[in-house]
Amino acid sequence: MIAGDIILSGVILGGIYAMVALGMTLQYGVARIMNLAYGEILVAGAFAAYWLYASHAVSPILGLAVVVPLAFVANWAIYVLLLTPLVNRARSREQLESDTILFTFGLLFVLQGIGLAWLGGQIYGYPYLQLPVDVLGVTVQANRLTAAVIALVIGVGLYIALTQTRTGMAIRAVSVDPRAARLVAIDVPRLSGLVFAAGGALAAAAGVLISMSQTFTVGGGVLFTMKALVIVIMGGAGNLGGTLIAGLILGLAEITVARLVDPNLTIAVDFLIFLVVLMARPTGIFGRSA
Amino acid sequence: MLRLISTIAAGAIAALAVSGAAEAQDKIKIGYAISLSGPNAAGASITTVPNYKLWFHDIEAAGGLKLGETRVPIEVIEYDDQSSNEELIKAAERLVNQDKVDIMLSPWGTGMNLAVGATFAKYGYPHMAATAATDLAYEMAAKWPNSFWMLGTSTMGANALTEVLTKLHGAGKINAKVAMVSVADAFGIELSNASRPALAAAGFELVMDESYPITTEDFSQLINAAKASGADTFVAFSYPPDTFGLSGTAIALGYNPAAFYTAVGTAFSIYRDVILHDNVDGVLGIGGVDTDDPKFKDYAKRHLEVTGQPPDYWASPVTYASLEILQQAIERVGKIDREAIVKEIQTGTFDTVAGTIKLDRNVNPNVWWAGQWQNGEFHGLAPSSMAGAKEPVAPKPAWKPAP
Repeated sequence: MIAGDIILSGVILGGIYAMVALGMTLQYGVARIMNLAYGEILVAGAFAAYWLYASHAVSPILGLAVVVPLAFVANWAIYVLLLTPLVNRARSREQLESDTILFTFGLLFVLQGIGLAWLGGQIYGYPYLQLPVDVLGVTVQANRLTAAVIALVIGVGLYIALTQTRTGMAIRAVSVDPRAARLVAIDVPRLSGLVFAAGGALAAAAGVLISMSQTFTVGGGVLFTMKALVIVIMGGAGNLGGTLIAGLILGLAEITVARLVDPNLTIAVDFLIFLVVLMARPTGIFGRSA
Repeated sequence: MLRLISTIAAGAIAALAVSGAAEAQDKIKIGYAISLSGPNAAGASITTVPNYKLWFHDIEAAGGLKLGETRVPIEVIEYDDQSSNEELIKAAERLVNQDKVDIMLSPWGTGMNLAVGATFAKYGYPHMAATAATDLAYEMAAKWPNSFWMLGTSTMGANALTEVLTKLHGAGKINAKVAMVSVADAFGIELSNASRPALAAAGFELVMDESYPITTEDFSQLINAAKASGADTFVAFSYPPDTFGLSGTAIALGYNPAAFYTAVGTAFSIYRDVILHDNVDGVLGIGGVDTDDPKFKDYAKRHLEVTGQPPDYWASPVTYASLEILQQAIERVGKIDREAIVKEIQTGTFDTVAGTIKLDRNVNPNVWWAGQWQNGEFHGLAPSSMAGAKEPVAPKPAWKPAP
């Protein structure tokens, strides 16, 4: 009973964690942009879902159909208008990474400042699918289960798209070597912009799913960015399969420790696993050797 | 750092012309640093900042603070401490040394008030700690005679909760088992430490006693463990985000103990309006007010009108009362003589929205510590010596699941 509870709750939490990190692994692994404002985009998605639910009675799952395309366009605009100059002047991957870290660090404060002025520091949330469901004799929360199932569907769908389609192959090529990708007539800047936008859309989708079962605040984005960062680096930047596995490992580990040992050790166990993985495989579980 | 200066100008020009000749003081600078961002912003933006705004509005409407025969307008300086003790202390130093404020208001929360207490003490500013509940209150008040602890001590909180549970147990509504969780922060640690002996002395057995980190987002394991513990009573010494998280998770997992208690945030209006909706009745929590008191009713009405949001049912009226005490002390002294103002607060008796307050060794001895949502309002239950205390109701009605 307790074992079933731990495994199911762990997979649910892990699925949600993987969803939080999916967008970042695309943005960092393919577009080479370490987006520190990632959590703010996620929180914006949560607020959009809240607004649709509270003032238009639109369920968050239907809300995804509105929020995801909007987030895609908004993030594409951020890339084209604000990040392209950095991409164009960067002489190396390393320079692009450090420039975008500084830029998105600033963007974080701009987005948070606008949010604070507009919505204030209050806690937001709404009750959605707040009921118990029985899965194989274990009681779980319907809203979190739904979020995790949608997250896993999106994750697996994305994995298939990247491994089985031509565009997916091109994206993976850019992730491996952008210079060589140009040689085979891949439009790297355009593809990078689209992948960055897709990453932002995934972040917003994660925000929508999280808002179904958790409260959120304007300033809460940083915690999501940190979590995503740990998962992306653990899984290997740009590797979707690695991101899914890393998310599930952290979710299961946190739930196991919280139930059997001490909830205060959840953060410690996250970073212990993180350290062990990095010591054994510095480029992540499925990362390429450097 | 964000610096917002708002000069309250209505009536100021007229007052300036009069007071300019009579007094050297032509305006009173009031400053504060508070968490406008970071994890403390939720509590600060519900309990503290609106009361400051309401107080400034009231002073403005009266034409200023009364110093002797004249009304002196105020200027307000606000900083964001970003929920960081270091930023808070830096901002407080700046308010004193650079902005040269006449009066400094307190930040939100137990830890923040303890952190900035030394700065208030160093410069002799009266420190109205309206949102700090700590067993260190008497010790701090002895060390910093300028500090005033308006929410009492954690032991008062533990005793009030025990009083409510003892009543319910005596009436046969709950068994003697309690499942307790607490946030791993000064507040949760103090309350759980104070509750262990209090509950044991009253014959309760703690069948679950766990703490969790402040960043926890998944509460399923705590709730499932409590569900399996056999206790009729669930007690959480929680902060607002986890109060909401634990309550939402309890509903979503169908966990229905006879007595369900959560701490900070339970007495917020948004607990009813945003989080629990029609599930709110029966929930026990920290704090309380006498909702039938016409003074509270009038205060709540003005709070809503001026700030656009209702007050909470615990520290909001106490926060406003602390400002009334400060104002009455200043006006009794008749000038910005901080030493005399501190002495007046120590010894005086004050009429406030939270009743008549006379501090005992700088600590407010009469504070609501346990309440319950009944018919859509959060009523004070204990200490039952407080005027207007209601009787606890159990078992809590079963949660209605949200589709």
